[in-house]
Parts: sequence; structure tokens; C-alpha cells
Amino acid sequence: MNIPYRPLALGLVALAFSAVVLQRAQAGGDDYFPPVVDPLVKEECGSCHIAFAPSMLPARSWKRMMANLNDHFGDDASVDADTAARISSYLVTNAADTGGKRYSSKLLRGLAPNSAPLRITELPKWVSEHREVPAWEWKHKDVRTKANCVACHADAERGFYED
Amino acid sequence: MRRKLAIPLCIAATILSTSLFAGPREDLLAQYATAARTETPTFSGFSAARGKTLHTHNFAGGKPDTPACTSCHGKDPRVAGRTLTGKNIEAVAASVTPKRYTDPAKVEKWFKRNCKEVLGRECTVQEKGDWLSYMLSQ
Repeated sequence: MNIPYRPLALGLVALAFSAVVLQRAQAGGDDYFPPVVDPLVKEECGSCHIAFAPSMLPARSWKRMMANLNDHFGDDASVDADTAARISSYLVTNAADTGGKRYSSKLLRGLAPNSAPLRITELPKWVSEHREVPAWEWKHKDVRTKANCVACHADAERGFYED
Repeated sequence: MRRKLAIPLCIAATILSTSLFAGPREDLLAQYATAARTETPTFSGFSAARGKTLHTHNFAGGKPDTPACTSCHGKDPRVAGRTLTGKNIEAVAASVTPKRYTDPAKVEKWFKRNCKEVLGRECTVQEKGDWLSYMLSQ
């Protein structure tokens, strides 16, 4: 019996390739971070800056942040205890190392397991992804801060960061 | 007999309509007025003109990025503003954004945060009432 190895091998390669593509598509690609859907979190965390996707930081970072809202990067962002508890629970449940894991496997790469950064822009992967952005662009009047994702990522509020 | 009834009826109607039409904003302003009287016995009402000065004044006590309310809200209260992080802020003028100032807790929350950021301290009741009067007049 003559087994057709070549077509079989090609078929297997094609199958493996589509499996990888499908998996990435299911995960929404490496540049998709589902936006906040909870109306309370959207309101409280999305008035001054975009409501950053919980899957962009590990749960330990969100806990650290929520414990110090009265000095939130120099601003007072304090909320009442009940609101804080509800926001915390949402962020921790959907964080990069909990519920949001499948979107964030790459984003947390290189981050020490005990490190709890407060800025997404401190993640090693974030830094390497943005290394080609020149200093003058960050200082541009329409950018001004690295927290202004939408200045370059037009679809950031819908969760897409591929551009 | 009819005439005699008409006057008290008119008075009653006036009182009733005032209380009926006084919305949450008027209530809030009234609350600020009561608090201001306690804060300063010489309190003589709020002024939209003073509110405008407060809104546009450059303060030195707050964060260098945001010396004035207008740093984020923009010079014209009827036009939308923008935070430093690029987030749109709906116009502060009540006529342009009618849902504004109807939730007292929300108003207080933002006064607390923004006064600290711009002035480096919390605002006095007088300042809050003046500022709110200005925005309600716009």
C-alpha cells in the first residue's frame, strides 16, 4: 500500500496553522483587551481617562491601586467604600492574571510575579511595543501623556490596539 | 366673597408653583446658601460674576498642569472640554448639558476632586455656590 505522505503532511500543516489562527481569533488577537462593560466602573474609572481594560494589569496591581485612590497619580480619585468595593471586585475578577487571562498572556510577559505596577506603561511588554515611538510624538499637543491611548489607537475604547 | 378668596388662592398658587418647579439644582443652591450662612455670618448671596472669575482664575496652589478650571473645561463653558488624557468633558454650562448638577453627591464629588487639583484645597461653600450660579446662568 502506498501511503501519500506528502499530501498528508501538507494537510496536517494546514490544520495546525488554522488551529493557531482560530485560537488567536477566539482570543481576539494579541491586541484586543475587552473594554469595561460595568456601568459603575465605566463612570467612575472613565471620566478622566479612558476606562482602562482590567485585563491590562494583574489583580495585585488593581488591589494596590484601589487601596490608594485619594492619591491616584497625584489626583484625588476617592469614592465611597461601597463603590470602591464594587469597582475592586470587577477589576480583580477581570484582571490580566484572572478572568482576562486569555487576552493578556503576552502583555504580562517579563513582569516579575511579585511586581504590582500601577501604570500599564511600566509593563516590560508595553515598553517594548512602544519603543519606536519618538519622544516628540509623546510631547505632541494631541498626546501629552502616555495614558492617552486614543490619541494613536483610535479604537482603544472598543478594546482594539492593533494600530 | 369671590374677591376675598382670590387673593389667598393666588398666594397659595404662587407658593405651590415655586416649590413644584424648584428642581434639584435650586435645592442644591439653597443648601449651599444655608451652609454659607453658617460658614460666614456676613454671607450676602451667591454671584455668577464671582463664579466666572473663579472659573477662569489661574491659581498657584494646585497642580502645575491644571492652574485653572479652564485648563480642562476650556474657556467657553458652553463648549465641551478635554482632560489631559484626551477624554472629552461635556460642557459645564447647564443650558448645554441639562443633566448636569442634578445629582448633589456627584456635584460634591467633583468639587472635592477638582478644587484640590486646581486650588490645592477644597473649595468654600461660597465658592461652590458662586461657581454653580455662574454655570446655571450659562
